[in-house]
Amino acid sequence: MSRHTLSVLVEDKPGVLTRFTGLIARRGFNIHSLAVGTTEVEGLSRITVVVDVADTPLEQVTKQLNKLVNVIKIVELEPENSVRRAHMIFKVRADAATRVQVASVVEMFDARIVDVGLDAVSVEATGEQDKVDALHRVLEPFGIKEIVQSGMIAIGRGPKSMTDRSGR
Amino acid sequence: MAGPAPAQKSRATPPTPSPVPAPGGVAHRGSRSQPEVMTGAQAVIRTLEKLGVDTVFGLPGGTILPTYDPLLDSEQIQHVLVRHEQGAGHAATGYAAATGRVGVCMATSGPGATNLVTPLMDAQMDSVPLLAITGQQSSKLLGTDAFQEADIVGMTMPATKHSFLVTQAKDIPHAIRAAHHIASTGRPGPVLVDITKDAQQAEAEYVWDEELDLPGYRPVNRPHAKQIREAAALIAESKRPVFYVGGGVIRSGAHQELLALAEATNIPVTTTLMARGAFPDSHPLHLGMPGMHGTVPAVAAIQKADLLIAIGSRFDDRVTGDLDSFAPLARVIHADIDPAEIGKNRTADVPIVGDAAEVLDALLTDLRAHHPQALEDERSEWWTLADGWRKSYPLGYEPNDEGLCDPQHVIQRISALTGPEGVYVAGVGQHQMWAAQFVEYERPNSWLNSGGLGTMGYSVPAAMGAKVGEPDRQVWAIDGDGCFQMTNQELATCVINNIPIKVAIINNSSLGMVRQWQTLFYDGRYSHSDLNTGHESVRVPDFVKLADAYGCEGIRVTRNEDVDEAITRALEINDRPVVIDFVVPADAMVWPMVAAGVSNDQIQYARDIRPDFSGESEEGEEA
Repeated sequence: MSRHTLSVLVEDKPGVLTRFTGLIARRGFNIHSLAVGTTEVEGLSRITVVVDVADTPLEQVTKQLNKLVNVIKIVELEPENSVRRAHMIFKVRADAATRVQVASVVEMFDARIVDVGLDAVSVEATGEQDKVDALHRVLEPFGIKEIVQSGMIAIGRGPKSMTDRSGR
Repeated sequence: MAGPAPAQKSRATPPTPSPVPAPGGVAHRGSRSQPEVMTGAQAVIRTLEKLGVDTVFGLPGGTILPTYDPLLDSEQIQHVLVRHEQGAGHAATGYAAATGRVGVCMATSGPGATNLVTPLMDAQMDSVPLLAITGQQSSKLLGTDAFQEADIVGMTMPATKHSFLVTQAKDIPHAIRAAHHIASTGRPGPVLVDITKDAQQAEAEYVWDEELDLPGYRPVNRPHAKQIREAAALIAESKRPVFYVGGGVIRSGAHQELLALAEATNIPVTTTLMARGAFPDSHPLHLGMPGMHGTVPAVAAIQKADLLIAIGSRFDDRVTGDLDSFAPLARVIHADIDPAEIGKNRTADVPIVGDAAEVLDALLTDLRAHHPQALEDERSEWWTLADGWRKSYPLGYEPNDEGLCDPQHVIQRISALTGPEGVYVAGVGQHQMWAAQFVEYERPNSWLNSGGLGTMGYSVPAAMGAKVGEPDRQVWAIDGDGCFQMTNQELATCVINNIPIKVAIINNSSLGMVRQWQTLFYDGRYSHSDLNTGHESVRVPDFVKLADAYGCEGIRVTRNEDVDEAITRALEINDRPVVIDFVVPADAMVWPMVAAGVSNDQIQYARDIRPDFSGESEEGEEA
């Protein structure tokens, strides 16, 4: 099993995400995380997908995805040449007795408290997946009431843009 | 077709009261500077006309009714009213496969559209250029579970090359043009255009020559020169090369390029189920069909080859058997227009993305320029082996001792009396395999079948479509008694529309291939495979009476002696379809056979008879 991050430029048309995820499921690949949004080019959306690939080589995934008429470009982003960010919000138990401890952990991880209640705080963290996972582990003993996370987003390092020569 | 002024259609009065004042394309005629305004429905018909479509197979219903109205006035497009939408889909497929042009079918929303799912998937698996147009509920009702609403675009995503949902009249010309373009270029396939009823009814300016906006669709036809050079070098150094030719050669129209390269290199040719007719059966370089029911020479040549030249083939499990032991000694050149096929099942030593005709042509050019000695090589050792298999294991069969027709004999005689200019369309099962084996194919597009999906019921409607596309050819539906009962209602369409196909039912009174597997792998326990249509059964239905009820000529033949007379009579009748009920034994089996999932080395020439390849593989490994 290997894990890969693909950045995919697609036409911003109805049903594109269904075609994209349906094909991945149909061909037997597993989606670990998914993030979709618009881009700097009107009419183009960008999907960042993290796929787990078992027996079939990654090349088969990208070749099949490239056959979708609405898919314009696929790039694999390697960890060493890209910036990747995961984004999580934790709701952590924190009463008068533990609030200070929680706040100090949050500070150490460069995270932020974004909401405070009587016996809980909400903590927002952004960073490499490893970092937010580590924060998760440290917050666990305080009692985590709720977690929400976005799909990972990633961008290539250096001056080049993925939408260069994208056909538009 | 693309002329600025299509044939004037005159109609004195609109046939139905309509809020739309100017039907039939008579509005704004002559004002070149301003785009013509018309309804979406008229735009559908106008676009099909401009694309050169001459035939639409379909069946109207609520949400496609707006489009059926201007269709009535089209002088260019004939509409064939089918009895079931599945028939429309397969007819369009048969039309496309016989002519090489895009087949077009039309249906209403809901069940009309869902009845097209099987033919769409069928065309997807066999790479048939198909354009399906469906009506859809009005856009304001979408998502409300309205009457006959079905999310056909969502449902057919895995069954189409692409699809469009059109909710505005102005988008119709572009969607249909794009669909036609996508269906017919690159690796061909089915494309669906689902058009809401309000889009068909609304008016919009008709825009035809806007550029197609398909930034993510760029099929590669021309092969990379470096890959061609490497492939040519492999061919030049190989001792035991063999062509593994697939349906891509037929879709590409690359048969002449294949013939030229094969003859120049003296390399044996095998043609898969989808490629029968891509290379003449009568040609001395042809070893026949590989795969589960292929010839021993074709299967053996691939197993012993040191180089597979795969052109437009996809290493399907029915060809490879157990993949790990398929062509174990061979390096692989794999050329396909679809990059995703290359390396999908078998790693290619030289992958080539491109159109089959261009690839074959480029290979011959490169061999002539850089490896002239490869064109002198007679490959006599290799041919000695291949000719030995051909001599020892020709296609054959054991005649039955029940006094009934032999299915193989029937099919051989149909082929002999009809000739290579005929079109042969099979259903799925034993009769399909016999038709692949025992008809002599000499030209592409003369053999139509459901190879990938294995759709029982394909034959009658596909033959109907083929006959519409190629009216001057004799078109045979070679069908089984099971398949025939799935779609024979289209005989009514054939009779009413004067489409005189011939149907040869190979009637073994059972689901024959199921029965064969039950015989071989389930101890002869015939679980629900008896159909009671044939010899010594109640004959429900009686196919001769059924033919008669439809207004077809019905003939029953029970003995080999009477086969020729019936076929000759069928060939003479051209004012109505002919149905011949050939009564054959239920126990006839298809041989040779490689059981599912085992190595092709285990091919059985007949039941429990294995060819002796001893001594040959050692030579192969040294070579």
